[in-house]
Amino acid sequence: MSELRQEAEAIAEQFSDHTDVDPDDVEERLTTLVDEYRVPLDEASRSVTNSYLEDAGMERDELGRGGSEEVLVNDIDEDEQWVDLRVELVDLWEPRSDSISQVGLLGDESGTIKFVAFETSDLPELTEGQAYELSNVVTDEYEGSYSVKLNRTTGITEIDEAIEVGDNADTVEGALVDIQSGSGLIKRCPEEDCTRVLQNGRCSEHGQVEGEFDLRIKGVLDDGETVTEVIFDREATEDLTGMTLEEAKDMAMDALDTTVVAEEMGEDVLGRYYRVTGPTFGRYVLVDEMEDPGTVDVESALIEARSI
Amino acid sequence: MSQSAPTREVARRVFASEFNDAGYTFTESDDERAPVYALLPTGESSNRVFFVGTLTEKEDVGEDSEYWRGRIVDPTGTFFVYAGQYQPEAASKLRDLEPPAYVAVVGKPRTYETDDGTVRVSVRPESITEVDAATRDRWVAETARRTVERVAAFDDEGNEYARMAREEYDLDPETYKAAALSALEDLDESGDELAGDAGDEPDPAGTPEP
Repeated sequence: MSELRQEAEAIAEQFSDHTDVDPDDVEERLTTLVDEYRVPLDEASRSVTNSYLEDAGMERDELGRGGSEEVLVNDIDEDEQWVDLRVELVDLWEPRSDSISQVGLLGDESGTIKFVAFETSDLPELTEGQAYELSNVVTDEYEGSYSVKLNRTTGITEIDEAIEVGDNADTVEGALVDIQSGSGLIKRCPEEDCTRVLQNGRCSEHGQVEGEFDLRIKGVLDDGETVTEVIFDREATEDLTGMTLEEAKDMAMDALDTTVVAEEMGEDVLGRYYRVTGPTFGRYVLVDEMEDPGTVDVESALIEARSI
Repeated sequence: MSQSAPTREVARRVFASEFNDAGYTFTESDDERAPVYALLPTGESSNRVFFVGTLTEKEDVGEDSEYWRGRIVDPTGTFFVYAGQYQPEAASKLRDLEPPAYVAVVGKPRTYETDDGTVRVSVRPESITEVDAATRDRWVAETARRTVERVAAFDDEGNEYARMAREEYDLDPETYKAAALSALEDLDESGDELAGDAGDEPDPAGTPEP
């Protein structure tokens, strides 16, 4: 089914409680806007929805949500959205208030998110380790962190399935504009459970030690609006630069200098665009996956720029 | 510097024609080490830029020591990049590169006033690397978008840099939007002709010698 058809059926569905809207008619209107007038789909569907609202003399908030959208917890980035989740109850915490019946962590393959259920909603109790389909939960934001609230209308269905809970991976894209100090060929402290990077052969915890060589890149991705610091570990660095640890050691040996490695890597990667995905750790994204965003789609870039 | 990472300045995307008009600079505190910003005529502050273009000429213009000047051309005009002994890596890169070549530059805006009182804007590079046509095309598309976004926000209430631009410049932001869109249109056409292999030929220089 085409994207337009899906959108058309979703719009028709939203009106199903109120008035008869024919999906074919919706699709035709969308097609005109998108194909002929080059309007982006979300704007087209907004405009078509509005025209039906006007015809029916309805306000936007009278509209059914047509079933809220199933999302991944780590994709939640807006306050007060109605969403459906497929999650496992990862952890239950002690409620700090009598009004709260349950509080804890829900997880799906994208990561975890805090949830709260209130006494007044009168919902069945959730069990740790059990997977559920939750419909009609509401997102909430506090100081940039998101959570979900269960409510009276929330549907709870136990599902017999194990969910592998993810690590809240983020994807960032931008130009690699800097390689920071402490990149390239480095030495780490060999003491057990200490992987600190040595400064002039010294570990800040264990003093002078015989370090072990490793590769990494601490880089900065910049998209012109925000900067994100990213760390490529040895594997990711080898993948990014095509230079192995052994080659890096040889290169440093020849030059009698380890800094040539980071310089050489800089030649290959600075000023290029990358898209990386990985868990966030403090202010760093640890790179699990990296891809070259490839050739830009100029035509859609042009349509987008004209629509701003 | 890299150590001050948490407050690292973002690298703005700006075409040469707009960058070269950004002759007004300011700081946001009285601290003598406060960062200096160039004011973009579309209403944004810029302490750092990232651009990709074609290096068309390079020349050692230094007297006592090497001081390299590079001309880097984008679809709207020419960036002037200067690197000397305090930018050893960028300077040696300019020494080694053979024009024409696509290069990506991260750097800081610098302004100087000529004897006749006009203000020239140039770039002091932090890094220069040779890149491919796909990177150049992506930069043009991204920079067109950022430029159009800035122009769209120009009349927003509370856009203090737009207010500053109105006070300091007599420049119409719409001209930069037009230039951005036409850069993107050219890219679209060259893409059609070369079946996606856009920009194997260096762009013709868009501005005359200053």
